[in-house]
Formats: sequence, structure tokens, C-alpha cells
Amino acid sequence: MSKPIIATTSLAGCFGCHMSILDIDDRILKLIELVEFNKSPIDDIKTFTKECDIGIIEGGCCNSENVHVLKEFRKHCKILISLGECAIMGGLPAMRNGIPVKECLDEAYLNGPTVGDNTEKIMPNDEELPMILDKVYPCHEIVKIDYYLPGCAPRADLIWAAVVALVTGDTLNIPYELVKFD
Amino acid sequence: MKDRIINIVETYGKDPGRLMDILLKVQAEFGCVSHEAITIIAAALHMSEVDVMQTRSFYHFFTCRPVGKYAVYLNNSVVSMLMGMGDVQDEFEKLSGVKVGEKTADGLISLHHTACIGMNDQEPAALINGVVFTELNRDKVRALVADMKAGKAAQDMVTTYGDGNNANPLMKTMVKNNIRKAGAVVLAEYCMGKGIAKALSMDARGVINEVKESNLRGRGGAGFPTGMKWDFCSREAGDHYVLCNADEGEPGTFKDRVLLTERAGMLFEGMTIGGYAIGAKEGVLYLRNEYTYMKAYLESVLSDMRSKNFLGNNILGKGFNFDIRIQMGAGAYVCGEESALIESSEGKRGEPRNRPPFPVQKGYKNKPTIVNNVETFCSSVRIIENGGAWYGALGTSESAGTKLLSISGDCKLPGVYEIEWGMSIKEMLEMVGAENVQAVQVAGPSGICLPPSQFDRKIALEDLPTGGSMIVIGKNRDLLKDVVLNFMEFFADESCGSCVTCRSFNMILRNSIEKIVSGHGIRKDVEDMAAWSEILRKTTRCGLGQTSSNPISTTIKNFREVYDARVKNVDYQSDFDMQASVMASCEVVGRSSKVHE
Amino acid sequence: MSETVKFTIDGKECQGTKGQLLVDAAADNGVYIPVLCHMRDLIPAGSCRICTVKINGRNMAACTTPVEEGMAIENNSDELTDIRKAIVEMLFVEGNHFCPACEKSGNCDLQALGYKYQMMVPRFPYAFERRDMDATSPKIFLERNRCIFCKRCVRVIKDNEGRSIFAFKGRGTTLQINIDKTLAATMSDELAQKAMDICPVGCILKKEVGFIDPIGQRKYDKKVIGSDIENNHQ
Repeated sequence: MSKPIIATTSLAGCFGCHMSILDIDDRILKLIELVEFNKSPIDDIKTFTKECDIGIIEGGCCNSENVHVLKEFRKHCKILISLGECAIMGGLPAMRNGIPVKECLDEAYLNGPTVGDNTEKIMPNDEELPMILDKVYPCHEIVKIDYYLPGCAPRADLIWAAVVALVTGDTLNIPYELVKFD
Repeated sequence: MKDRIINIVETYGKDPGRLMDILLKVQAEFGCVSHEAITIIAAALHMSEVDVMQTRSFYHFFTCRPVGKYAVYLNNSVVSMLMGMGDVQDEFEKLSGVKVGEKTADGLISLHHTACIGMNDQEPAALINGVVFTELNRDKVRALVADMKAGKAAQDMVTTYGDGNNANPLMKTMVKNNIRKAGAVVLAEYCMGKGIAKALSMDARGVINEVKESNLRGRGGAGFPTGMKWDFCSREAGDHYVLCNADEGEPGTFKDRVLLTERAGMLFEGMTIGGYAIGAKEGVLYLRNEYTYMKAYLESVLSDMRSKNFLGNNILGKGFNFDIRIQMGAGAYVCGEESALIESSEGKRGEPRNRPPFPVQKGYKNKPTIVNNVETFCSSVRIIENGGAWYGALGTSESAGTKLLSISGDCKLPGVYEIEWGMSIKEMLEMVGAENVQAVQVAGPSGICLPPSQFDRKIALEDLPTGGSMIVIGKNRDLLKDVVLNFMEFFADESCGSCVTCRSFNMILRNSIEKIVSGHGIRKDVEDMAAWSEILRKTTRCGLGQTSSNPISTTIKNFREVYDARVKNVDYQSDFDMQASVMASCEVVGRSSKVHE
Repeated sequence: MSETVKFTIDGKECQGTKGQLLVDAAADNGVYIPVLCHMRDLIPAGSCRICTVKINGRNMAACTTPVEEGMAIENNSDELTDIRKAIVEMLFVEGNHFCPACEKSGNCDLQALGYKYQMMVPRFPYAFERRDMDATSPKIFLERNRCIFCKRCVRVIKDNEGRSIFAFKGRGTTLQINIDKTLAATMSDELAQKAMDICPVGCILKKEVGFIDPIGQRKYDKKVIGSDIENNHQ
């Protein structure tokens, strides 16, 4: 039987969740025995080359590109996991939710205390740039998500336990210390 | 301004317990209760500003910014909308140039929405500076706006008066009584004073026993035995109070409006009898703000009764002292809940209290208090006049006497009907000339939405209890959009917010039903709504929350097919809309929002 | 003399004094009923509903119900756990609770209940309402995004003359916690600290301090909320 295939991505996140994946330390060698990685920043495969079993999503959706990537993941992965607070509830980027986009952009590029060098008052608008959404969306509001692993970042032991349980089909028992929102 | 406000505060004896009256006066005189006004009131009452603010901000008719010279409150409750409020609002907006929630630049007109104003039998209706305007249409709106632009006083815009006391010089309102059926109790011939005289010839215990024997149960909807309530209260020590709940706020009910108009004397007599029974000296009539137009008339009835010694000191020479004051509300549905009504009467936010203690133990000013509905007090007068046994013989075995129904919606003869308990819905529909009926909303939004298959059921506390609201919904109506969504918006607005589940669930359920109405719903949404309604019912503190999911839970139960036709049978559906969500950022940078997904 | 009453919680025989609030009586018997708005010796608010129990088949709030002789109370059932979890989830979607950036994280009662019930994701959609914070008072921040309307501060924190420093404003979904700017300016350090301490979440924060306890040593890092009540009594 071929090994289950995992893909991962970081949307509107800080890569902290990916750092936490790496935080499983030497268990990463066991992980490589258990699964194969496809599209992921970990192996730098940029596009899906195979249909995957598990997609791990870090970050929520703050712009149109995030939505695009998330939908690609839904298309190519049998199971999707929201990893971390940002994927689950928007996280710190979602602190802007409730504030109109114009107010946010004006603050970031025109009026904020750190915009001194932007003397021409330029608002980035290259065609290549994705557009900011009206708010940061939790992933499950865009596509169906199958599992959630909270934390900022989720504890490495939690990620390890969850992935192993998924791959082996064992039941997942989560000790109290592992489910944290910070 | 400062001197005037201090003057107002002094009129009420610098009593924080009269904060409602102080705020009402300030709002009426200045068109708002501004931050400046709050600072002055707080200082004069030696309260903190946030405490004044908490009361001010609780009620719908207090505003922090000045309303227009003409403040137009359009009733957006279900029946008003069914009868054409959409057109009326459209005409007001067109002619004034502002939307609901706004005020014209010259400050002349402000438009507002308001919940049911107790005129369901003559919708669409609106309040302009407290004056009621009924049966509106585009033509009438044009005339009203012309009058406003000409500077006419709102009262002078009323050209025809309703029947009975509606035409009284102190009332002069266009409101009609629409009494369609008078029964043997509250709408039968009435002669003031007989009840009081008889009661005072008995001892207090005798009065209570008579009411107990009648099996009269509370007419506000909950149906608690009145005699038992009076008995409990009478056994407590200390000062006692009588409160009358005339906050008639359940959308679709307007029967107390008619009683207050045509049977004010009977009501005050009933309160006096109640006061005599429990040993109170003071009564408070808590009158909903929407009925301000009756206040001067009601005061005149009180003076008349004082002059006849039916009220005041040593009533009818029997050594009993009792008087009544009128407490105006300021727009909050939850104040119809008895403990919230007490809080409000004390000048506070209308938040329901925790029980125990019950109002009969610790009510108004923390003293033993009975709170009864207008119709209950009126009925008690008849019971004393004619005896408990006479009353108990009317109605059904568990629901004695008669009941006033306020029937409105899709029927030929909307109005007030005094029926004996036990009438079936089918009989009721024939009585009011209703055909092609899709549903009857029994007991208002907090009641149940009844399908035709259950029209044989009886109007009685043991089968279909009601405080009186009956809304007939025709087959041509969109049950979910026109009725359920409107009701849920009402509850989300009217939740006092102090308990989590009521505050939050009503909003969540409102959003869920909106999702379904807008065509984005899936089967799971309906199942979720049913489950969440159940949690809400089990966990909230007062009757509002316990019943506020009824529009959803009873329609899911009785009209499941209406939901099924509207939702998709899929596991998951996102209502995310890329184009809509990038609109704002595209606008900022001047890009087209037509992005390719 | 106070009268002793006997009652049972999930079958366990308990004793209390007549009139004592059930939630306190339960704690005295080593039974934890979760609370957010309740504090012993304070007039109950009955607002958070998390202490909902079933008494003789009826759902009641344990913080407003006095114990009575012979009461049969259900505190631990799948149904009640689901109700309580739903309330926690509801509070999380209603406010804006960004735990990773909150000074109270690890010491927060709401978060701790999220841990207790292993809330992985709320079943309700996030509201993301804008709520403005108030930093005008010299001693404290009022971070409204995190307020759960427990009314503890409203009930406890008063000035020297008994006037309220905190009160509600608005109603329903527009409800917010409000602070009296004039009176807040007179708050002592002790009162500010007390306000922060009684706040079950991170809404009231003392200025110029924060993040004192390192991760791992905070109240709920390793200990489940309520375990002290349950362990004290073994």
C-alpha cells in the first residue's frame, strides 16, 4: 500500500504553525516513513502533482489569492485540517474585522505613524497583487473543513498525535495540556 | 438648558427612582437626552453618569441626538408590513429625501422604525411626535408631509376622530376601537363604583376568596391564578404595591388599548380592589410609551375618581386609602415581563430580575407587589360585582371567564372580540371572515404558528393559551420572509441582552433564517436552528428568551415543508461571495472588482 | 440557627444550609458547577447561564437557585455538557477573543472553559462585530472586544460614595460595557487591580503591567478549571 500523501500551506498566517510542525523534532524522520509530502513549503513543491489524502491549512483567508489556494486544496485533498487560530477563526489578522477596509488601507499606507517614506501616497495596486477581502475569513466559511487543531501555534505534540491518528486510523486522545488557544 | 433640567429633576423630588419620568421629560423638551443632559441629571441626582446612561440607552424612544422636529416612527411589525408599510415608508423616504434612521438636513423630519404600536387592526400605522396615524397609504403620507412642511402641529394633522372615547377632547385620536364582539365580562355594560363599593363592604380576605373562587387566571398570557397571587402577596409583611401591566407589547395585541380607552374606570377600580385585597396604598399603571396619547385622558379619569372618592383617602368612608400614578414606558418590549416592568418603574433598565424572590415577596421598591394585566384587573371588578361562582361558570373547566382577542392580519374583520374560552380556531376564523388561511400565529411571536391541520384546537389555557394576539396569515404570504424573519428581528432587537443565550442566540437564529430566506441555506441549517432553539429555551432567564425561538421552532415543527423547499440538500455550502468581498478594496485602489476565480 | 438541608448532585449526597445558592453549596461539597458571572457573596446576576443544571427535571441556573431539602440535581450529563459548551462557543463568536494577543490568556475563565470542553471550533458563525476599546481612564484599559457581560465589575466596583464606575449601555446586540470617565479617574491602584482581578476575561486590564506569568505557569496551563474545588474535597 502506498503511503498517504500530505500537502500543507500557509494562507494569512505567520508560518508559526509550520514551525510547530517542524517542532516535532526527530519524529520528523518517522513522519517521512509514514507519509509522503506533496505541495508544501516544507519540500517547496509549488503545485499539486498528485491527489492528496490530507491537506493542512495554516492561516485564514485575507485576500483573493488565499481563497484561490484554499479552494485548490479542497479540490485536491480528501481531508482538510484547519491548523491554528488563524485558520480556525482568522487569528490576529482578523483583528481588522469590523473595521472598514478603506480605514485599514488608509492607516497602513497613508495616515499611519510608519508611512513617512510613502511621500507620494501610493496605495499598492499592481495587477499581480491579490485583492484584500472585506474581512479575514475563517477557512470553514469558504470550504468544508474536516478537522480543527487549535493553538497559536498548535503544540507540536498535538499535530503529531493528530496526524498519526489520521494516518493509522487510531482514536485520538488529546491530553488537557495540548488544546490551547495561544 | 441646565436650569431647566435641574428644574425637571426637582419636580420629581430628586428621586433616582423617577429617572424614567425625568428622561421622558428631557427627551420631550429637547428632542434628545444628550451627553450634556446626562451629566446634568447625574450631578443633580448624585448618580454616576454611566448609571443615567444605562437607563437612557435601554429604551427605544430615548435618543442621544436630537430627533427631527417631526419624529416619524413607522411600525415595521409583521401585520403593518403585510398591510403595505413598504409603500408608506417608500413615500416618506421619497418626500423627505432621507432613509429610515436618518434626519433631514434642516432637522424637520426624522424617520425611524418601531415595533408593533398596538394598532394591528388599522395598519399601516405610525407615530409622529407621539400622535398615532393609522391606515396610512401613499396619499395620506403626501398630505402628512405637506403638513409638516407647513409647520402644522402633529395633533392638528388629525382630521377625523375614532369612535367612543377616542374622540374625547383629551384624546382626540383617529384610533378606532373596532370592538366586534362584546362579551359578558369586560365589555359588558359598566357602571363605575359598584365594584369598589361591594369590595369595601367585604373584608380583604373575602375579596381574595371571591377572586380565588372565580378561577381567574392572568390575562397577560402566562395564566397564573390571580387569587393565588393576591393571596401570596397579602401574606407578606410591610408596605404593598399594586402594579398594572399596560405595556401591551406583544406584536399583534391591542385589546388593552381598547380597555384603557373604554374601560379606564373599570381598570382603576380593579387596581383599587387589588390594593384593598393585599393591603396596598399605592398603585402604578405602567403604560407603554406608544399609548402616550391616552395619558391626559387617563389622568382625567383618575381625577374624576378622586373627586367621587373612589380613590384617595378614606375611600367611600371605609377608611381605605389608595391612589394610582401613571408610569410611562419608553419603548422596550421586555418591560412587559413583570419583574422588568418593576425595574423600569423604579427608573432602571428593564432587565428581568432573577427569581426567587418573586414580585409578590419583593417587587416594586423591594416590597410585596402584585403585577397584573389590564384585562385581569378589569375582570376582577366583575367578579366582585357578580361573584366568583358566576365568573367561574363561564369558559371551560380550566379557563374560566372570557378572553379578549386582538385579531388582525389577513381577515375581513380585524378588531377586538370578547369570547368565552373554548372557541376553536376554525370558529374564530369564521367569525373574523378569514379565507385561504395558511397559518394562524397564536399568542404573538412568542406563541405558536398553527397550521390548518390544527384549526380544531381550542383557545384555552389548557390547549392554546394566549394573551390575546391572533394574527391570520393568508396563503399568499411568504411565511419565512414575511413572518418568521420579521419576528426574529424583533426578538434580536428587543432582547435586553443581559443573559448570554437570549442576546446571542436570537441574533444567530435571525441570521440563520435570513440565510435560508436568501436561498443560501442547507438542510443542516434547519437542523441546527431546531437544536439551537432548544438550547435557548432551556437556558435563558426570563420568558422572553424562553419563547423567542418559537417563531422558528414552531414553524420547523408545523411547516417543515416550507423550509425543505427552500434549502439545498447538500452537506456544505459556502455563502462566500468573492466579488462582494473584494468590492471595498477594489474601490479604494480604483480597480474593477470583476476578479477571476 | 441556619437550617441544614440535604440534596443530591448526580446521585452524590450533599449538605448545605437552607437558602444557600446551589452553586456555592455544590462547591462546599466538592462539586464544581462552572460559572462565569457568579462570585460568592455577591448578588447573583444570573447572566452567563453556564451554571445551568437540571433540578427535578427542570433546567435552572445554579447561581440563582437556593438549595432545598431533597433536591435532585443533575450537573453532569451529555445534555448539560453540550449546553455549556454551546454557551462557551457562543461567547467566543459573539466577542472578538484573540487569545494569542490577550494579557489574560492562561488565566482567563472563558478560555479555561473552552479548554475544559475541548472546544476545537465554535459551531456558530463568528460575528466579528466592531467593538471599540476605551483607554481614557488613567489606571485601566477597557478592552470591550473581550467583554462577556458578566456584570461582576458593575456589581462590585463602586466609588467611595457607592456610585457605579461600570454600567451597561444599550441593549440586546448593541449592549456594551461602559466606564464612567469622571469616577474612573478617581480609582485607586487597589481598586483598579480588583477590577482586573474580578474580570473573568481580559476586558479590564491594569495599565503598564501584563504578561507577568510565563507560559506554563499560568492558572490554567496545566490545571483544568474547577479542579481545585473537586480536589479540595477528596
